[in-house]
Amino acid sequence: MSGFFKSSIGRKVAMALSAFFLMFFLIMHVSINLLSVFSADTFNEASHFMGTNWLVQFIMQPVLILGVVFHFVLGFILEIRNKKAQGVKYAKNNGAANSTWMSRNMILSGFVILAFILLHFIDFWFPEINHKYIEVLPEDPTRYFGELQHKFMSPLRVGAYVVAFVLLGLHLGHGFTSAFQSMGITAGRKKTLQSIGKIYAIIIPAAFIFIALFHHFNH
Amino acid sequence: MKLTLKIWRQKSASDKGKLVDYKVDDVSSDMSFLEMLDVLNQDLIDKNEEPIAFDHDCREGICGMCSMFINGRAHGPDRSITVCQLHMRSFKDGDTIYIEPWRAAAFPVIKDLIVDRSAFDRIQQAGGFISVNTSGNTQDANGTLISKHAADTAMDAATCIGCGACVATCKNSSAMLFVGAKVSQYALLPQGQIEAADRVRNMVAQMDLEGFGNCTNTGACEIECPKGISLDNIARMNRELMKANLN
Amino acid sequence: MALNSRVPEGPIKDKWTNYKDKINLVNPANKRLIDVIIVGTGLAGGSAAATLAELGYNVKSFCFQDSPRRAHSIAAQGGINAAKNYQGDGDSTYRLFYDTVKGGDYRSREANVYRLAEVSTNIIDQCVAQGVPFARDYGGLLDNRSFGGVLVSRTFYAKGQTGQQLLLGAYSAMNRQIGRGKIKMYNRHEMLDVVIVDGKARGIIARNLVTGEIERHSAHAVVLATGGYGNAFYLSTYAMGSNVTASWKAHKRGAFFANPCFTQIHPTCIPVSGDHQSKLTLMSESLRNDGRIWVPKNMEDVLAIREGKLKPVEISEENRDYYLERRYPAFGNLVPRDVASRAAKERCDAGYGVNKTGEAVYLDFAAAIQRYGKEQAHVKGLDENDKVVVTKLGKDIIKAKYGNLFQMYEKIVDQNPYETPMMIYPAVHYTMGGIWVDYNLMTTVPGLYAIGEANFSDHGANRLGASALMQGLADGYFVLPYTIGDYLSNDIRTGKISTDSKEFEEAEKQVKATIDALVNNNGTHSVDYFHKKLGKIMWNKCGMARNEKDLKDAITEIAELRKEFWKDVKVPGGANEYNEELAKAGRVADFLELGELFAKDALQREESAGGHFRDEYQTPEGEAMRRKEFQYVSAWEYKGEPKDAVLHKEALVYENIEVKERSYK
Repeated sequence: MSGFFKSSIGRKVAMALSAFFLMFFLIMHVSINLLSVFSADTFNEASHFMGTNWLVQFIMQPVLILGVVFHFVLGFILEIRNKKAQGVKYAKNNGAANSTWMSRNMILSGFVILAFILLHFIDFWFPEINHKYIEVLPEDPTRYFGELQHKFMSPLRVGAYVVAFVLLGLHLGHGFTSAFQSMGITAGRKKTLQSIGKIYAIIIPAAFIFIALFHHFNH
Repeated sequence: MKLTLKIWRQKSASDKGKLVDYKVDDVSSDMSFLEMLDVLNQDLIDKNEEPIAFDHDCREGICGMCSMFINGRAHGPDRSITVCQLHMRSFKDGDTIYIEPWRAAAFPVIKDLIVDRSAFDRIQQAGGFISVNTSGNTQDANGTLISKHAADTAMDAATCIGCGACVATCKNSSAMLFVGAKVSQYALLPQGQIEAADRVRNMVAQMDLEGFGNCTNTGACEIECPKGISLDNIARMNRELMKANLN
Repeated sequence: MALNSRVPEGPIKDKWTNYKDKINLVNPANKRLIDVIIVGTGLAGGSAAATLAELGYNVKSFCFQDSPRRAHSIAAQGGINAAKNYQGDGDSTYRLFYDTVKGGDYRSREANVYRLAEVSTNIIDQCVAQGVPFARDYGGLLDNRSFGGVLVSRTFYAKGQTGQQLLLGAYSAMNRQIGRGKIKMYNRHEMLDVVIVDGKARGIIARNLVTGEIERHSAHAVVLATGGYGNAFYLSTYAMGSNVTASWKAHKRGAFFANPCFTQIHPTCIPVSGDHQSKLTLMSESLRNDGRIWVPKNMEDVLAIREGKLKPVEISEENRDYYLERRYPAFGNLVPRDVASRAAKERCDAGYGVNKTGEAVYLDFAAAIQRYGKEQAHVKGLDENDKVVVTKLGKDIIKAKYGNLFQMYEKIVDQNPYETPMMIYPAVHYTMGGIWVDYNLMTTVPGLYAIGEANFSDHGANRLGASALMQGLADGYFVLPYTIGDYLSNDIRTGKISTDSKEFEEAEKQVKATIDALVNNNGTHSVDYFHKKLGKIMWNKCGMARNEKDLKDAITEIAELRKEFWKDVKVPGGANEYNEELAKAGRVADFLELGELFAKDALQREESAGGHFRDEYQTPEGEAMRRKEFQYVSAWEYKGEPKDAVLHKEALVYENIEVKERSYK
């Protein structure tokens, strides 16, 4: 089996598996965030649970981080290998004639998403870790909603979020069906999968954007 | 019509190569693209210049020999054809046409527009066959029933002409459509199932060894394939390889 | 030298079995010590290479293409015959044998054809075992179609790409052996001479087309599977690279060339569109089942059409000349290939051709569309007199039957054949003649074999549809592996053949001298210039209908053209590099010799048989007149110039089949 993941197809499968995991995580993340639109209290409750539950904190969180790092590092390695496989570049190459922009620029959207994740870490995760484990400040189960609103005051940050999520949408727009194809699940079911993929790639980022804008204009 | 051609000229594998401009007048819209190049070559010979080297043979879209990247697309602007089936009526008077060889590290240029596609042969040699000797007493051809659907789907995969347009057009220079089609043909038929796991493992290993890139499912290969080989074949190959490694 | 066909004794149906039982075998350990060279990787060469390698011989395989998979067998569309009798419609080995001999106009060797029919069933088993995806019916059984007007359905097919699938099957078998190291594959190599040592074929001289290097390769036997020579006509349905060089060099080294004038000219090809034309495309013969062939009756209509002032659909019924229906009321548009081809030429020669070059006739589906449409309207309970409904329904039927062909036509000609009649014209597409071989497929040079289209084969003067694939695979998979073993059993103690002998030296020197002469000639005309000129002579004087005067003219003209070629050909580039013009020059030089022998052969054959039609020998109705005194194979021995070639005759005896007249009335 180790030989499998060294093969080109094995790496595709690994990319797809990590993608599935991350796509599932996105659904969870957006669901919790959406709570903030409906009720500050429920949002606080959920956040508090996620922030203090040991399973989430010490098992799921590291796995998630590993998943992100793995997906990015492998994606980056594959991109370099693929560039090498290309050899000389065409003087004229009309890629738009046979494929979508998003499918050809996964690395670009990937980089933007990575940059966004860094920003996201600086915004939320580092202060969180600092709060809980470094300075060990007293826990206030209602602080989350306020922090969230505070972050979305700056129009610059909201703008950056919007751009990042648009690119996430584009990344998912290709990535969703691509992951299934890599797993060999496409055959015969293309149309349905493509529609589901489109819906997913629009709804998830749109929801994130909606949340950001909602809090920007309603604080 | 009059055309400006920007054609890749490269004396040999070791030469650096560059695009060279040529003008052709008097191109008839009934000409095939290769016949237009024939006319240019006759012109060059008359002027004591070296003609442009390009691969071609059957000129009816089945041998898979012709291989040119025309105006940024494998086999030119029309779909479901090879270069030899492309006609000049697809272009307009005054057009500038870029003509380049297939580009992929695994397809080194031999001369001008000719590339070395022997990597495809080696992938097939690694396992693209059913191990049956010629004997004259294999079982009767109707001895194993094969559903029409399986036979037709295998046939669709088997129509691949091995031209390499999939690799040429892929931004990753991946050969997975080609290999996927061959793996699929055998995966769909009952013959040779006994060696299915080894077959897909060996073919994929050789494909990787040849230096082809990794598929990122852009689907460009399927669009540019002159025979319309479906992406499903790549998915099937992925499945076959997973299956081979799980057992 | 008397020709010995080495046909085994005994009743025809036991000959092959008895033969196999009595031949000498080579034991497996000794096979490892024996090398075989096979030139060409089409159905015959590919299947032979794979099988001999499986048996244990060391095979060296050569092709000029970049991969063995690209040999021109790949372009065959229709199917492959086999006497499986899966349809239970009365087929048998004898019937396939009978049809093939009769179809060949009684100019093929009985025993060979019977063996071909006999092994035909094994081919299908073998190909299915290899994973060739033949068409199947809903019950999972192999499907058959009827082909070429025979009375049974015995043709197996894989969509319209049967040749491709069979070749890929042979190629996969080769790949297996290349992977095992039993075949050494030489792609992009062209054989330029065969080397004879002590009277036996012991190797070849080949040119690496990429580097230009001249290489010596030795073996205990040499097999030519290099296809036909139809490109002597310049325009044909052959691949651009198809050539006679290997066969011709073998001929010059002592192999007799048999029946060079037997060429098949296929009636339904897409016509020439201009001087730039490099290649002709075949449209399946099946179109004649529904299409009606015609030209305008009046010359003014012809001229108006050529000037674009008139459209064919605007010509009324009474001003159309459905010449096949007029001349052959019984068979109409379904007359055999040679008759249909000649009739089209006759009309075009009379000036009634309907395209710019005056070399095209119409193949019209309007009547079929109406007929099918009315039928469908009736079945569906719609108004049979509503032209719009009927036309639509009719087009749907035509589309279901011939959709892919119509599409191919539209791509090439840019006209919609549903709306306007197709234009077609005959084109050269197969050569029944080739290197003379005996029952063992060995040429007159010991150790030199010719298989597939390269030999003078089992097709006589005319080949039936779906038979070429059958013969190629029969030779390669099931015949040669036995017969060559018998010959090689004498070579187990020979040891490696050295390439340092004076024979190799001499052959290499000669090849190099020819190449040097070509690249240093610095003439004024390109290779294509001469090739086109040769093609014109061949087409006009040795084409569909031949006569003494034309053939004599052709002989002189070709000889002159050959002289001019050697004086005035211009080959740019050098010898030691990839140089397609040089490769082409060598091939055309050989066509220029073969062409003359072709005409000479046609001249001596004072009869009409199959693809060979002599104006002087026809019945009052214009039918081919076969003559008993020409019931022989003409095998030519090389003596320097083609005009000096010496004719040897192998009499053809038919003991198991009655020689009959062909009639289409």
